[in-house]
Amino acid sequence: MSQHQDSSVSHRSLAWRVFHFLGTMELAITLLITLAIASIIGTVLQQNQPYPDYLIKFGPYWFDVFEKLGLYDVYSAIWFLAILALLVISTSVCVIRHAPSMFKDIFNLRTNVQLKSLRSMHHRSEWEAPHTQTQTVEYLQSTLASNGYRTRITDKNGSTLVSAMRGGMNRLGYILTHVAIIVICVGGLFDSSLPLKLAEWQGRIHVETRNLPLPQIPKESRLPVGPQAFRGSVSIPEGRAASVAYLAMRDGYLVQNLPFTIEVKQFRIEHYPTGQPKSFESDLVIHDSDLKKPLEATIAVNHPLIYKGYAIYQASFGDGGSELTLKAWPLFSDKGEPVSLQTKVFETQQMLWGDKEMQLEITDFRPFNINPDPTEDNPQHVRNFGPSVGFKLRAPTGEALEYQNYMNPVERDGRYFYLSGVRSSPAEEFAYLYIPADDDDSLEGFYHFLKRLHDKTVVKQAAEEMKQATLASLQSTNDDALSQSLQKTLETLVEMFNRGGFGEVSDFIEKTLPESERDTLAPAYLAMLREMLGRIYFSGLDLQKNETVDQSQILFLQDSIDAIGSLPRYGSPVFLQLTDYHQIQSTGLQIAHAPGKSIVYLGCAFLIAGVFLLFYLPQRRFWAWVIEKDGKSQIYLAGMNNRNPREFDSYFEDIKAKLQSVSRNSDEA
Amino acid sequence: MTAHLSTMSSTQQTPWSAWFWRILMVLVSIGLIGTYYDILDYYEITIIALTAIGMGFLGQYWPGFRWHSLAVAALSLIAVSLYGQNLEAGESNFWLSYILASQSAFMWMSALFVMATVTYFAGNIFHSSFTEKVGTGLTWSAVTMGMIGLMVRWRESYLHGGDIGHIPVSNLYEVFILFSVVTALLYLFYERRYQTRSLGGFVLLVISAAVIFQLWYSLERNADEIQPLVPALQSYWMKIHVPANFIGYGSFSMAAMIGVAYVLVVWRKEVNPDSRWVKAMPELSLMDDLMYKTIALGFAFFTLATILGALWAAEAWGGYWSWDPKETWALIVWLNYAAWLHMRLTKGWNGKPMAWWAIVGLFVTLFAFLGVNMFLSGLHSYGTL
Ligand code: HEM
Repeated sequence: MSQHQDSSVSHRSLAWRVFHFLGTMELAITLLITLAIASIIGTVLQQNQPYPDYLIKFGPYWFDVFEKLGLYDVYSAIWFLAILALLVISTSVCVIRHAPSMFKDIFNLRTNVQLKSLRSMHHRSEWEAPHTQTQTVEYLQSTLASNGYRTRITDKNGSTLVSAMRGGMNRLGYILTHVAIIVICVGGLFDSSLPLKLAEWQGRIHVETRNLPLPQIPKESRLPVGPQAFRGSVSIPEGRAASVAYLAMRDGYLVQNLPFTIEVKQFRIEHYPTGQPKSFESDLVIHDSDLKKPLEATIAVNHPLIYKGYAIYQASFGDGGSELTLKAWPLFSDKGEPVSLQTKVFETQQMLWGDKEMQLEITDFRPFNINPDPTEDNPQHVRNFGPSVGFKLRAPTGEALEYQNYMNPVERDGRYFYLSGVRSSPAEEFAYLYIPADDDDSLEGFYHFLKRLHDKTVVKQAAEEMKQATLASLQSTNDDALSQSLQKTLETLVEMFNRGGFGEVSDFIEKTLPESERDTLAPAYLAMLREMLGRIYFSGLDLQKNETVDQSQILFLQDSIDAIGSLPRYGSPVFLQLTDYHQIQSTGLQIAHAPGKSIVYLGCAFLIAGVFLLFYLPQRRFWAWVIEKDGKSQIYLAGMNNRNPREFDSYFEDIKAKLQSVSRNSDEA
Repeated sequence: MTAHLSTMSSTQQTPWSAWFWRILMVLVSIGLIGTYYDILDYYEITIIALTAIGMGFLGQYWPGFRWHSLAVAALSLIAVSLYGQNLEAGESNFWLSYILASQSAFMWMSALFVMATVTYFAGNIFHSSFTEKVGTGLTWSAVTMGMIGLMVRWRESYLHGGDIGHIPVSNLYEVFILFSVVTALLYLFYERRYQTRSLGGFVLLVISAAVIFQLWYSLERNADEIQPLVPALQSYWMKIHVPANFIGYGSFSMAAMIGVAYVLVVWRKEVNPDSRWVKAMPELSLMDDLMYKTIALGFAFFTLATILGALWAAEAWGGYWSWDPKETWALIVWLNYAAWLHMRLTKGWNGKPMAWWAIVGLFVTLFAFLGVNMFLSGLHSYGTL
C-alpha cells in the first residue's frame, strides 16, 4: 500500500491488480460497513414469516419486489452471502500478504540496524559508562533480560549491538484475529442453509407448502440422513415417537429423516407461585439399532441432549390430544336431557343439536389458567381459574364461533358462575357468558329454570295464575276479552324472551305500539315479563306453604335472567361443560445438526486470543549500541513500541534509568 | 489493561500494599471455596478463582479499587446479616430501609451520580481542582452504593424464595445499574491512569442519563420488582455473558463521551485559541489516545461477550447463530468498531472524524442495547419496555 507500490500498479497484470484490490484497507473497511448496514434490514423486517402476512403488509407489487430481493430471508440471500464471501476473500488476501512479514516479526530481533537509524529514532538516549565494552554489554543484556526481554548480541565492526524485544506474540495476534474471521465464516457456511438452497435451485428438492400428514409428503420434500447441517423442529405427544424433523423453509417446509427414533415419555412444566413458567422438561427415550438398549434422557431448556452429533432441545410445548369428557346442556328446548360426549383435543365431530347441525372442533385444553384477577385493581395479582377447553362451532355455512369454557365455577361478587368466552375471530377479545351455579355448584338449577321457561304448560299455568291475580286486583274477573288477551300477551312475552332476550321484547314494543302509548306501556310490558319469569322460577322451587324466598334465590333468579337474556347472542344451541379430562401434552423439540460448529468454535478461540494479544501485548524493542573508547564505553540506546506511544514515553524513561544506573555503578556494588 | 499495569510496574519496586492485596484475594478465595466446598460446583469454583485473580490485578496498583472493594464487601455483609432470613427487615430496619436495602442503595447511587456530574462540570468551568476532586469522591461513593445495591439485591432475590434467587443481571432494570457501575469504574480507572479529571462531567453525563432512565423505569413500570427467571435465562452463561457485554457497552459509551469533549475542545479552540477552558482540558492527543484505548477495550470484551452469547445460544436455542435481532445488532456494533479500529490503525486517521465516528458509535450501541428491546421482537425478549 505504499507510494511505491501504488505507482507501479499499472505495470502489473490484471490478476495481480485484482489481488491487490482485494487486499486493500479501503475495500476491507467498506465491506465491514456495508455488511453492518445490510444486516439491519433483517432486524427491521421480521424474517421468515408466512408469505400471506407479507402480502397483506406490502401489497402485491412491493411483495414481489421484496421477494425478488430476498428480503424475507436476507441472511441467505445471494447478495448478502456475496458480501460475506467478499469479506472473507479480502481478509484471506490480507492475511496471505501480511502473514509472512508478521511471522518473521515475531522472532526477528532486527540485528541489522545501523547506528544512524538508532540515533534518529524518537525514543533515544546516549551516555558514557566507566567499563569496558564487554562488561557494559553484559550489564545491559542481563538488565534487559531480567525485564522480560529476549536479547541478542551482534558484533558491528568492533562495536557491539544489543537487540532486545518483548511481546513478539503481538504479531501472532494479527494473524490469529484475521484467520479467525476466515475460519468462522467457513465453519458457518457448513452449517448454513446454502446447500439446501443450491439443491432446491437445481430442482433436486421441492419445498412443500401444503399441510399434509407425514406419509403423504412426497419424496422430493424429504431429506435422507446424511452429513448435512440442519435445524428443524418436531412436536411429539406424550407416549408417541417420531423420527423426522420439519425444516421451515420460506412459506413451506422440508422433512429431514433422523437416524434414530425419539419417543416422548412425559412432558413436565413447573410454575413459580406467580404463575410464570419455571421449567420445561421432557423425558425422552432414543431408539436406535446401534444402541444395545434404548437411551433414556431428560432434557430441559438450556440442557439439550446430544446424541450422535444431533442436538435435541426443549423448545416449546402444546397439547398432544388430551381426552376430554363434555356435557352438552341444551339451551333452547324443554325436551331432552344433557348428554355426555367423549372427545379429544384436535378432534372434529359432526353434531346434531335440536334441529341445528354443527361441527365441533376442539382446539385447545389447558389444565390451568393463571390470569389477572378481574376483581382486583392490581393486574399483578393473579388467580388460577382452573382447567378450560377451547373449541369452535362451525355452522354448515362454514362460519365458526370460537369458545373457551372453564371447568370450575368462578367467583364474582360472592356468587359462583360457569364462564364461557365467545368470539368470532382471534383478533377480538372474548365476550363472557356468566351462568350462575346452584347451591351444589352445578348447572342443574339454571337448567331446571331454563327448561321450565321453554315448557308450554308451565308458561301457560304461570300466565293463568298471573292473569287471575291481575284481574282480581282490577276487580274485573268477568271481562272475557281482556282476560284472553292478557293471557296471550303474557305467554307471548315469555316466548319472545326465550327467542331473543330483552332485545326482542323491546323490538316488539317499538314495532307494534303506537308512539304515544310507548312511554307508558313499555315499562308495563317489561314489568309483566319480569313477573312472569319470577313466577315460573319460584313455582319451580317447590316452596312450602309459608316459606319465604331468600336473597340468594332472588340473586340467582336475576343472574339466570341475565344469562338467558344473552343466550341469543351466545350463538350456540348448547352449553358444553367440561366434566372430566385426561391431559396428554406434547413437547416441541428442536433438533439441530451442525457439523461446522467445532470449526466455528475454533475460530472463536482464535479471535479472542488474537484480539487480546493485539491490544494488550504491545511489541517493544530496544537497541543498545556500545562503543569502547579509552577503557570507557559510549552507549547509544533507542526504543520502539508498536502501540501506545503515550505510555511508552514513561516506560522508556524507566528502562533507560535502570540501564544507566547499572552500567555506571555496577562495579561499586 | 492488567498487562500494562504489570509491565509498567515491573520497572519499579512492588509496594507492600500490592502484596497485601494479592494475598488478601488469595486468602478470601481459598476461604470461600473451603467453607462452601460441599455446595459449589466446578463452574462456581472457577468463577470465584477468576474473580479473585481479576480483582487482584485491578487492585494491586489501584488504591481506590481496594477501598471500594473492601467497602462493598463490608457493607454488603452487614446488610445481609441485618436481613437474616427475613425480607420484611428491608422495611422495618432503619439501616436497611434508608441506606443498604437494594432499592435505597440504588437511590443513593442515582443521587450521587447526578451530584458527581454537576460537581465535575462545576470544577471544570470554575477551574477548581478541589471541586473536581470532590467529583471523584462522589463518583466513588456512587459506584460503591451501586455495587452494594447489586450485591444486596442478589441476596434479596433468594429471600423471596430459594428458587427465585438469581444474580441481578437478568432484566433491563438490573443491567442499567450494572451499566452505570461498570462505566463509572472504567472512567475512574482511566482518570487515575491519565491523571485528568476534566473528562469526568462528560463521561458521567451518559451515566446520569442512564440513571434517570432507570428511575423513570422503576417508578413508572414497577421494573424494580424482583422477578423469577424464565427457563431460558436459567443458565450459568448469563452470569458471564451479561457482564462482559456491559464492559463493552460501558467502554463504547465512555469513548463517545470523550469524543464529545474532543469535538467541543476543537470547536472552542477555533473560536478562541486562548480560552481558559480549553487550556484546562486535556490535550487533544491525550483524548484521542484515550478514545482508542476505550474502544479497544470495549471491542475486546464485546468480542468475548458475543462469542459467549453464541455458546449460550447453542445450548438454549439450538444454534450458535440465529440472526435474531439482538444478535444481529451486536454484530453491527462489532463491525462498526472493527472498521473504526482499522481506520485508525492502518489508515492513521485520528482526531475529529474519529471523534465523530465514536459519537455515532454510541447511537449504534444504544440501539443494540435499548432500541432492539423497544422496537424489534425476537428471541431476546426478556427485557421488554
Ligand atoms: C471482519 C473482518 C476483520 C476484523 C474483525 C478485523 C479485526 C482487526 C482488529 C481488531 C485489528 C487490531 C486493531 C488494533 O490493534 O487496534 C486489526 C488490525 C489490522 N487489520 Fe483487520 N480485521 C478484519 C479484516 C481485515 C481485512 C480484510 C484486512 C485487510 C485489508 C485487515 C487488515 C488489518 C491490518 C493490516 C491490521 C493492522 C495490524 C497491525 O499492524 O497491528 N483486517 N484487524
